Amino acid sequence: MNTCTERLKNGIITENPTFVMMLGMCPTLAVTSSAMNGLGMGLTTTAVLVLSNAFISLLRKVIPDKVRIPAFIVVVASFVTIIQLLLQAFLPALNSALGVYIPLIVVNCIILGRAEAYASKNSVVPSIFDGLGMGLGFTVGLTLIGICREVLGSGAVFGFQFIPEDFHITFFVLAPGAFLVLACLTAVQNKLKLPSATNVPGGDSSMACGGNCAQCTGASCVANKGIIEAERVAQKAAKAQAAKEAAAKAKAAKEAQQAKKGE
Amino acid sequence: MGNLLNISSSPHVRDKSSTQSIMWCVILALLPATLFGIYNFGVNAIILIIACMATCMLTEFIWQKAMKLPITYTDGSAALTGLLLALNLSSTFPVWMAVIGSVFAILVVKQLFGGLGQNFMNPALGARCFLMVSFAGKMTSFTYDGITGPTPLAIIKNGDKAMSVADILAAGDGQTQVSTSVLDMFIGNIGGTIGETSAIAILIGGAALIALKIISWKIPVCYIGTFAVFALIFGGRGFDITYLAAEICGGGIMLGAFFMATDYVTSPITPRGQIVFGVLLGVLTGIFRIFGASAEGVSYAIIICNLLVPLIEKVTIPVPFGKEGIKDGK
Repeated sequence: MNTCTERLKNGIITENPTFVMMLGMCPTLAVTSSAMNGLGMGLTTTAVLVLSNAFISLLRKVIPDKVRIPAFIVVVASFVTIIQLLLQAFLPALNSALGVYIPLIVVNCIILGRAEAYASKNSVVPSIFDGLGMGLGFTVGLTLIGICREVLGSGAVFGFQFIPEDFHITFFVLAPGAFLVLACLTAVQNKLKLPSATNVPGGDSSMACGGNCAQCTGASCVANKGIIEAERVAQKAAKAQAAKEAAAKAKAAKEAQQAKKGE
Repeated sequence: MGNLLNISSSPHVRDKSSTQSIMWCVILALLPATLFGIYNFGVNAIILIIACMATCMLTEFIWQKAMKLPITYTDGSAALTGLLLALNLSSTFPVWMAVIGSVFAILVVKQLFGGLGQNFMNPALGARCFLMVSFAGKMTSFTYDGITGPTPLAIIKNGDKAMSVADILAAGDGQTQVSTSVLDMFIGNIGGTIGETSAIAILIGGAALIALKIISWKIPVCYIGTFAVFALIFGGRGFDITYLAAEICGGGIMLGAFFMATDYVTSPITPRGQIVFGVLLGVLTGIFRIFGASAEGVSYAIIICNLLVPLIEKVTIPVPFGKEGIKDGK
């Protein structure tokens, strides 16, 4: 189950679709005018993501490589239709608040991206957890943006109003507020995450590209990745070597002891 | 020895002007308009101006302190932003909203994009539009002499097309019965934002800036000229000089043309670019004022053109001296 928890963490933190990968920007900017809408959109997407990842992973050996994208879209569209009908039946308020963005989940790049990058290459259980992690990461992102915009723009959290109407800053409920809040939260995320090429001030000289993204042409990133990968492999090899040596030493010591005993 | 070898890259310009001196000159040039606003609107105007300037400088100081940047809040640019923002507000605007606007101007529009010289639009106008979107009711309620009523521009916009503009102004808006004239609009005895009412006070400051060569004449002249031509053609009132004078003296076009469109950071640096910039501003302002829903359009016109500045500069780079142009496609 180690890969499963790793997948969850990957989706929520390491490769958060909203703040790190910048995927699914259309619903992120459009429906997050309140925390409830953000949460609703996030959970709806999560449901579709888990189901489509599971199904695509199941069918990954049946789907021919040449027509995989249309096949993925058909699977995703079916689940979106099911979820939309369920929402219409049981949560009509949320359905009308999200409006056209529910059918648009079909073309959400997170879902197609996960299908292409993970579910079509891995077995069912890790794919489900991958979908769950990504979906929860998306939900966390949307809800955070929704909370910020709702507090500033309409003085409420999840519809519970605590700031009187005179002090509402309408700007944040409108489209420019979405861009502003998303940018600020991404900046905070960049500040808090572990050092990487994008957030080391003045550049990290140990990286192949110098860590200076302002002057990056893109090619040096690949070189950088290569170096990091090579380092990782070398470390692994060194560890394995050390383990082997330790084992060999222990064996030798044992043998020596046995030999002593034998004497 | 080290002081003898002063190495710097070209251009080697010898000039005494600095950011500080230019900024304080612009603030001084705004003094007539500011004083007239204070005379017109009283204590409220003073409180708003002080609140905006203080908040802008404080925000800049706190941000630079927190980000460990060089502290430059006394260079006058933050004070100028605060003053311009205050001059763009109605005198009855709540102070706490003005404070939020000032923080937005400095923090979001200026410092988040890298501070002075890096801001992509005029901070004061960015904040004005932010406040306009957020608190539209408070931003467009103007009180003059204790009477809250529409500005002369709004009266003209809603006025009967068959009547002459002088008659419309003299009749007032029909409810508050404030009668004005173009002369009132030129001197500034009308309702509006704190700094925009008096065309003559702004002209004095603007002329001083042009005489001191702090701003070039190109942007304001092209801006107002293009707007006048546009209003003549599309205004729907034929060749009516009173209408033209009212449109130019009323609203924010004077303040915008002389003090905000000419902001160094957000206007083109090339001479031809400045002309293109001024013409674009005039056309956009005309479109917003004549075909738009509101009687005002200067602030949106300027920030949209601010965004176009990099493009304008790209196509208007002057040919260096001594370099021949491309001849006949060779």
